[in-house]
Amino acid sequence: MKAAHYWHCFIGIQTREWLRFWQQRTRFASALVRPLLWLVVFAAGFRAVLGISIIPPYETYITYETYIAPGLCGMIILFNSMQGALSMVYDRELGSMRVLLMSPLPRPFLLVTKLLSMGVVSVGQVYVFLLLALLVDVEPPLWGYLAVLPALVLTSLMLGALGLLIATWIKQLENFAGVMNFVIFPMFFMSSALYPLWRMNEASPWLYWICQFNPFTHAVEAIRFSLYLEWNPMAYGITTGVAIVLALLATAGFRPQRTKILGGKPA
Amino acid sequence: MTIEARNLSFRYGDKPVLREVSFALTSGGFHALLGPNGAGKSTLFGLLTRLLALQQGDILMAGQSLKKQPADAMRQIGVVFQQNALDLDLTVRQNLLYHAALHGLSRKEARVRGDRELARFQLLERANEPVRKLNGGHRRRVEIARALLHEPSLLLLDEPTVGLDVASRRGLNDHVRRLCESDGLTVLWATHLIEEVRPEDRVLILHEGKLLADGAGHAICEAEGTRDLAETFHTLTGAG
Repeated sequence: MKAAHYWHCFIGIQTREWLRFWQQRTRFASALVRPLLWLVVFAAGFRAVLGISIIPPYETYITYETYIAPGLCGMIILFNSMQGALSMVYDRELGSMRVLLMSPLPRPFLLVTKLLSMGVVSVGQVYVFLLLALLVDVEPPLWGYLAVLPALVLTSLMLGALGLLIATWIKQLENFAGVMNFVIFPMFFMSSALYPLWRMNEASPWLYWICQFNPFTHAVEAIRFSLYLEWNPMAYGITTGVAIVLALLATAGFRPQRTKILGGKPA
Repeated sequence: MTIEARNLSFRYGDKPVLREVSFALTSGGFHALLGPNGAGKSTLFGLLTRLLALQQGDILMAGQSLKKQPADAMRQIGVVFQQNALDLDLTVRQNLLYHAALHGLSRKEARVRGDRELARFQLLERANEPVRKLNGGHRRRVEIARALLHEPSLLLLDEPTVGLDVASRRGLNDHVRRLCESDGLTVLWATHLIEEVRPEDRVLILHEGKLLADGAGHAICEAEGTRDLAETFHTLTGAG
């Protein structure tokens, strides 16, 4: 197989994802309602309770909306990735997965490309969210919008791979409610998305360490720092490392017979 | 292209689904894989398409092992699955382009080949319609056209007529037979409907994971001392 074959395949998978996105744009728009509610309603309520001191990457006192915006970017990717991964092995995407797996190109390449294509659509949604966030005065520097792109793509790959791994291997989590309770909520709440970790440390040191071990924390911090044009090697390093490891595990360990791709019940 | 299955056995947990199945398909021929529901046909297709990993035995395509040279084998196979594998919201052409891209074809090449296949299937004028607007028979034709885009030498069809009315079923069956003659395509057509099989066809009868008969339809009837394939099928499997 030549490089051109891989390229055509990569573009084909991306194109299909965008075509589907366009077909289902109302569904994707409604997916923005959740983070916007958090940003507008939840943050307004919480800003009165929570004082935020000056912490990097911010150079001044910030509003709570400004603090949680990067976490909500992570939330958009988290929900989309889990939903996307489940649909790959259990419902909407089964037909397209059958076609995908008939390609002569290596499966890890096909699956990573598929995860990336779903990630790119999530990233598009994050940008729409960030534009809307301007309305509540979340105003990162202009170049921050560009600088945050690699962090968003890495986060998408990391969470998409995690979703695929879970959907393939944990039968009990084959529906979205299960994934929401046992993966999405714990990952989101036990991270720095909603509160700075120093505050968590004051409240409970062991919870603080759980948050530190949660890769989502580092993905959110990578988003936060790059959005404000600051370099955070630890957050970036951990996010990249975890993304690579999870992508390897999810694609090399992918077994169609553990899914509904073949039709009927997974074995 | 010659296709050979050697000693295929497969089990889901403790339950054996295929037991030492061996056969060889003749290049350029129409082969009917006949078996009642639950006979193991879909499992066999799963193995042929690599959706299931081989547990025991091997499959050779033009002498190449599916285990050792999967990419070479996959290039040679076109598949029509039992369940719909089209994006209903995308147009016919978009579905074809997606498949072509997965096989590494450029967009330009894919368009040319796609239009050629659609013209052959009298569907070219519907190329820009969403698949959702097509009836069941036409959707199946699109799936076959799509499976042929990368010019495979083996076409696998897993109960492709499920859910179609009698006329569409017959039309589709005739159509694939014509492809077999015109393109020299090797076809494996799985079905549980005896009326889709002709006496002169090469027939493989699968029942409870075992290959009970393999040969020309009329030769199997002769060997079993039965009048027709329906009676043979009933005698061998106890099914309808």
